Amino acid sequence: MTENAQSTQATASSENYAVIIRDMHKWYGEFHVLKDVNLNVTKGEKIVICGPSGSGKSTMIRCINALEEHQQGDIIVDGTELTNDLKNIDAVRSEVGMVFQHFNLFPHLTVMENCTLAPIWVRKTPKAEADSLAMEYLERVKIPDQANKYPGQLSGGQQQRVAIARSLCMRPRIMLFDEPTSALDPEMIKEVLDVMIELASEGITMLCVTHEMGFAKTVADRVIFMDGGEIIEENIPDEFFDNPQHDRTKLFLSQILNH
Amino acid sequence: MTEKNYIPGEHPDLPPPSNMIGPVAWIRDNLLSSPANIIMTILSVWFLYIVIPPTLNWFFLDAAFTGEDRNACRAVADGACWAFIGERFKLFTYGFYPEEHRWRVNLSFILLIVALIPVLFDKAPFRSLGLKFSIAFPFIAGWLLVGGLGLEPVPTSQFGGFMLTLVIGITGIAFSLPIGILLALGRQSNLPIIKVFCVSFIEFIRGVPLITLLFVASTMLSYFLPPGTNFDLLLRVLIMVVLFSSGYMAEVIRGGLQAIPKGQIEAADSMGLKYWQSMRLIVLPQALKISIPGIVNTFIGLYKDTTLVIIIGLLDPLGIGRASLSDTKWTGLSTEVYIFVAIFFFVSCFGMSRYSLYLENKLETGHKR
Ligand SMILES: Nc1ncnc2c1ncn2[C@@H]1O[C@H](COP(=O)(O)OP(=O)(O)OP(=O)(O)O)[C@@H](O)[C@H]1O
Ligand SMILES: [Mg+2]
Repeated sequence: MTENAQSTQATASSENYAVIIRDMHKWYGEFHVLKDVNLNVTKGEKIVICGPSGSGKSTMIRCINALEEHQQGDIIVDGTELTNDLKNIDAVRSEVGMVFQHFNLFPHLTVMENCTLAPIWVRKTPKAEADSLAMEYLERVKIPDQANKYPGQLSGGQQQRVAIARSLCMRPRIMLFDEPTSALDPEMIKEVLDVMIELASEGITMLCVTHEMGFAKTVADRVIFMDGGEIIEENIPDEFFDNPQHDRTKLFLSQILNH
Repeated sequence: MTEKNYIPGEHPDLPPPSNMIGPVAWIRDNLLSSPANIIMTILSVWFLYIVIPPTLNWFFLDAAFTGEDRNACRAVADGACWAFIGERFKLFTYGFYPEEHRWRVNLSFILLIVALIPVLFDKAPFRSLGLKFSIAFPFIAGWLLVGGLGLEPVPTSQFGGFMLTLVIGITGIAFSLPIGILLALGRQSNLPIIKVFCVSFIEFIRGVPLITLLFVASTMLSYFLPPGTNFDLLLRVLIMVVLFSSGYMAEVIRGGLQAIPKGQIEAADSMGLKYWQSMRLIVLPQALKISIPGIVNTFIGLYKDTTLVIIIGLLDPLGIGRASLSDTKWTGLSTEVYIFVAIFFFVSCFGMSRYSLYLENKLETGHKR
């Protein structure tokens, strides 16, 4: 197939796909972190990614919004191919929301200002409109009463919910979550997961790195297991948990389910 | 057990017991809390008793405020001879700036205060308009002081005294902060050319004493300039002072930049903010806040270093003082002169230091955990 034909195919199929990752490789210096990753995510699909520590989960989802650069293969997000072109990168980033393990809220800005910053500066939304949008999403994550506090004055669970609201304020079509609950105390995990489950019911595309298997069972359309920089296995949740194919998957599942 | 007069779970908030509050409690807790503390308190009171009364006497009670010359002072009092400072006050303030144009200096000073208010206080009325004026101020003041464009020119060699200190100090402060920020950002740049330029500049500046740069400004620079060019000495000094303090400022700010977690920039990037937006909105506000003590420290250092210009013949307050002391009418009054100049510097620097504390408190948002 010629290169031209391939790219027309990419545009054609990208109609249905939110994210296409094709033959993607990444290196940190000499270290081959991601090896031949292939993943197609249809629009509205919820994907949970799991795997042992250091398997490259974070690196992979960070490639999707170009926080990390890939060296080989293609990543096409919502029809836009990630190249070195900064314009493409900015376009993709404003469509893709990301929630981090350590929240990464801006400590010098109030909750409200955290939420309105990107709409105002990236989308050029008028301030009043951005404010009411932010309020709407803060209500969705059930903390409208904290709007004028600073992140440092909130609990971890509240901070993570603000971070989710902040991403949603850009009205992204795709949300990336990188272990959103693993820095939280057990009693706060539920409040964040509840928000994410509600979000999942709304048709947004979600890619979520998490070890919350209960969440995966309720929400995911597909579970992806990574190890050593490769996608080892992928399946619908029931099959994945009840009938894992690969030995490494079995080992991993036995470790996280039995402790 | 005493009877409970409240419903469990609804205990009212009560004031603290009286031995926790009030002046007596304060004295007991802070001055007399332990035997060592009691001894320290007694020693301190004794020390203050020894030092304060003679100082007050010299400054005020035994001081002469009027008089023709030194002997007139000595005839009435054996403390300070402030009459000398009084006579030279205008010289200390304006240097040799021509008498009939001194209103221009006064006006610049008033405008300086107007320009400072919106910069220093974010609740100032008409702040966004005021900030525009603040940016224009250095140029307006430059025009007022130097003249030209309808105003009679005054050669900068006639600048002197506190006015000269303010001109050099404020120019240094106003320009070294933005240049320092750019240098600090440049030092972290991914572009090798920018990075190498910034690193070499900063290291060069830090490796060379300011006096050397001032000498270069006053003498050597004319070797490099095409013959016949007339490049104002004060302007050369200003450029050197700005470059010098920018180098230091850059390092202070780099310290702040390094304290910002990488996640902050990643969060900004992931929302689609551009480089300059994330610097201006996310990184710099936090980095500058952390750097406030260092920044103000650099400002204060720079402000006091303006006295070094005496070496290349500019008449800063110390220069004026030295010149005044050679007047035979007033010999031997160096204590008064130096104390007077010291008070001027102390008031300015103490003001900056207090303001920095105010700013730190105001910017505290409780994210230190
Ligand atoms: N900036 C970097 N430079 C070099 N190596 C890195 C860098 N970031 C990550 N790595 C390495 O790449 C591998 C994959 O890291 P990654 O963070 O993607 O793992 P992960 O699957 O998210 O693990 P965890 O569950 O611990 O978050 C790890 O071996 C890690 O040490
Ligand atoms: Mg990770």
